[in-house]
Amino acid sequence: MAAKTLTIDGKQISADECATILEAAADAGITIPTLCHLEGVYDVGACRLCLVEVTGISKLLPACTTKVAEGMEIRTDTERLIRYRRMTLELLLAERNHVCAVCVANGHCELQTLAFNQGVDHVRYEYCFPKWEVDNSHALFGMDHNRCLLCTRCVRVCWHIEGAGTKNVSGRGAKARIISDLNQPWGTSDTCTKCGKCVMACPTGALFYKGSTNSEMERDRDKLEFIVTAREKKQWIA
Amino acid sequence: MVIDDLTEIADKERAARKRYTIRCCMAAGCMSSNSKGVKEALEDAVNQAGLQQMVEVRGVGCMKLCCQGPLVQIDSATAGATFALESNEVGPLYQKVTPEDANSLVSTLKGGQTPVQRGDPRHPFFSAQLSIVLANSGFIDPERIESYITAEGYQALHDVLRELTPKDLIERIIKSGLRGRGGAGYPTGLKWATVGKAASQQKYVICNADEGDPGAFMDRSVLESDPHSVLEGMAIAAYAVGANQGFIYVRAEYPLAIARLHAAIKQAKKYGLLGSGIFESPFNFNIDLRIGAGAFVCGEETALMASVEGKRGTPRPRPPFPAESGLYNSPTLINNVETFANVAPIVRKGAEWFAGIGTEKSKGTKVFALAGKITNTGLIEVPMGTALRKIVEEMGGGAPDGGKIKAVQTGGPSGGCIPAEELDTPVDYDSLTKLGSIMGSGGMIVMDETTKMVDVARFFMEFCMDESCGKCVPCRAGTAQMHQLLNKILAGNATTRDLQKLEELCYMVKNTSLCGLGQTAPNPVLSTLRFFRKEYTDLLMPDAFGPRPNAVNGTGHAAAGRNLAPTEGVPSSGK
Ligand SMILES: Cc1cc2nc3c(=O)[nH]c(=O)nc-3n(C[C@H](O)[C@H](O)[C@H](O)COP(=O)(O)O)c2cc1C
Ligand code: SF4
Ligand code: FES
Repeated sequence: MAAKTLTIDGKQISADECATILEAAADAGITIPTLCHLEGVYDVGACRLCLVEVTGISKLLPACTTKVAEGMEIRTDTERLIRYRRMTLELLLAERNHVCAVCVANGHCELQTLAFNQGVDHVRYEYCFPKWEVDNSHALFGMDHNRCLLCTRCVRVCWHIEGAGTKNVSGRGAKARIISDLNQPWGTSDTCTKCGKCVMACPTGALFYKGSTNSEMERDRDKLEFIVTAREKKQWIA
Repeated sequence: MVIDDLTEIADKERAARKRYTIRCCMAAGCMSSNSKGVKEALEDAVNQAGLQQMVEVRGVGCMKLCCQGPLVQIDSATAGATFALESNEVGPLYQKVTPEDANSLVSTLKGGQTPVQRGDPRHPFFSAQLSIVLANSGFIDPERIESYITAEGYQALHDVLRELTPKDLIERIIKSGLRGRGGAGYPTGLKWATVGKAASQQKYVICNADEGDPGAFMDRSVLESDPHSVLEGMAIAAYAVGANQGFIYVRAEYPLAIARLHAAIKQAKKYGLLGSGIFESPFNFNIDLRIGAGAFVCGEETALMASVEGKRGTPRPRPPFPAESGLYNSPTLINNVETFANVAPIVRKGAEWFAGIGTEKSKGTKVFALAGKITNTGLIEVPMGTALRKIVEEMGGGAPDGGKIKAVQTGGPSGGCIPAEELDTPVDYDSLTKLGSIMGSGGMIVMDETTKMVDVARFFMEFCMDESCGKCVPCRAGTAQMHQLLNKILAGNATTRDLQKLEELCYMVKNTSLCGLGQTAPNPVLSTLRFFRKEYTDLLMPDAFGPRPNAVNGTGHAAAGRNLAPTEGVPSSGK
């Protein structure tokens, strides 16, 4: 496979021709913030945190879905990008009810970590305080819609790693929500195999193991990558 | 089917033509005011008068001046009619016709008089129009393929299959300068060339008939009035790019258009104008309908394709563009209804003819749905580059009841408001973009002095918020916050800082959203801020650090900002 040479934040790097900007950056040790991206499943470009500037292209491009090209000049750290990232996180925090203090994922939450790293120390937008329910009907897991970011990571692992197709999205706009089967209580789902991959995939405390306290809320995320590597490359490396 | 069959059908139609044709509009606008009843009453009246041999009552498509419907017009095939002709063969136009008027209308064919209100076909509303897309609209019977064939229908398809290679055909479309009529104005020929070049056994052609802009009804009218012109355009396009399957994605809110399309496809198949071996060539092409379930975002091409595949209609990042990987991952050509309707005329009359109409960068005509505070509501087709003033003042007759026009909104929720001072702007893609609006698909909403621009901005923001698919964060959560801020401003509870926040969010949502919906959702706010900023600032109250307006002048919050003396040291925002 041919390699492409490009620069990211002034640093010259070479990358595999079918790599995304995100992968190329990671190889070069440059971190681009992501939320909807999850190793092992395809990307959807939904959270817009990974947007980068590319010289000569007026639009901002999502690093997770954009392929590298020869001679690309990429910037991940301009004032505008940093501001937009912060605003995106503020919008997310104001959208549903993210109350870290009472959340199982406190301390293990990607939203929390991102907000911390991006310097979001307050939210300038009005909190929406929507009324969302908690689905505790499943024997092993729970879903708290108040903490959902609609990143659809759970949907993608459910369909494309487990192959169960239990999780889906219904509704649109701010009313969009993750559902089980035909929009029924998770516990009544016929298709759920209780594999728990959705819980592993969730960036926040929206999906959780029942009965766990926040100190126990460690996710076995390597397992997802392990399965995918095993399936695609026939390599059984943990 | 060969060309002789086509000619034979047309000849037979012409031979069967009766002395008088009473055309009665059977498009959705007039149907909603009982034009069906009018048509039936006219048929009865003709029978009663014993004029069946002389008179045909024909249901036709949109006759354009929708606000005066139901519309009826009488044609005379030969000279010496009992009434004065308005122009070649075309007789008087009657407005607001009721079934009770039928007898008196038919009596005019025997020299009688009728009290029914007459329209003026010489009014600029009609005379300033130039019909390419709507040439057949209001004349042919959209439910009969023979009627379309008589109007040179399917000849262009025959000619390209016989005489043109796909490459020459694409060359011709490129030369005509046709640009997409669905909103973005991408050069149609180039799009066809890209799909044509894609190496794949399977390709698709899709017609985008989702038409979701509030107030727009151009595509609906084309489908209801002349469905075959769209089918023919699609077939020609399919030949150009090498596709054998087409889909028309039409919204469920258009039942009449759907019914007419169904009928049209069936008739075209029956005549072998769709299907396999069209015109005894090796070219095969089928068209199926897909009915949208009422989501604005499904007009966006990638969401539309997901919806055709039976998936949730959400956009995905481009590239890959549909031309490389579209429906079922095959190269796909997607064009708007009006774009396809332009194709057959271009093939028939030549690229030079088409390129001779319009401006340097915007060729041909554009159909607009004229609505809002305007005397003549309806459908107009004008050459690109026609001044906005000519459209709203001369053709549209200005604001009703002597009102004054304040602004014209184009492009629906993705567009902007053009203030009255800019009415001399020629309507073409680039001039509108320069003013912060867009051509869009052709909705044109006229606003008079009573319209409050912040209200307008909030209306469109609410629309975008409700129609956001919810996939990407800036659009889903950003439109909700912008809507909230607009509400706050309208309630008189906002300060300069809220306005700043709103503007900052506008640019952020514009620059970071995934698809066109989010990327254009802030346009109505940005354009009203650009031209009507004072209407926003008049609603602001002094900054939170200053004294709050007390309940005494509480009702009119707009007044609150002005009545309070600016506090020292606090930036006054109440101007
Ligand atoms: C939110 C959104 C809604 C759209 N709705 C429509 C529509 O209703 N009809 C349409 O033809 N194009 C619509 N478009 C544009 C299409 O994505 C696409 O550009 C167009 O169908 C291409 O056809 P054209 O090249 O003939 O214009 C929409 C785009 C966006 C972003
Ligand atoms: S911009 Fe809006 S409509 Fe488009 S993908 Fe994002 S949320 Fe969906
Ligand atoms: S990680 Fe790229 S858009 Fe979410």
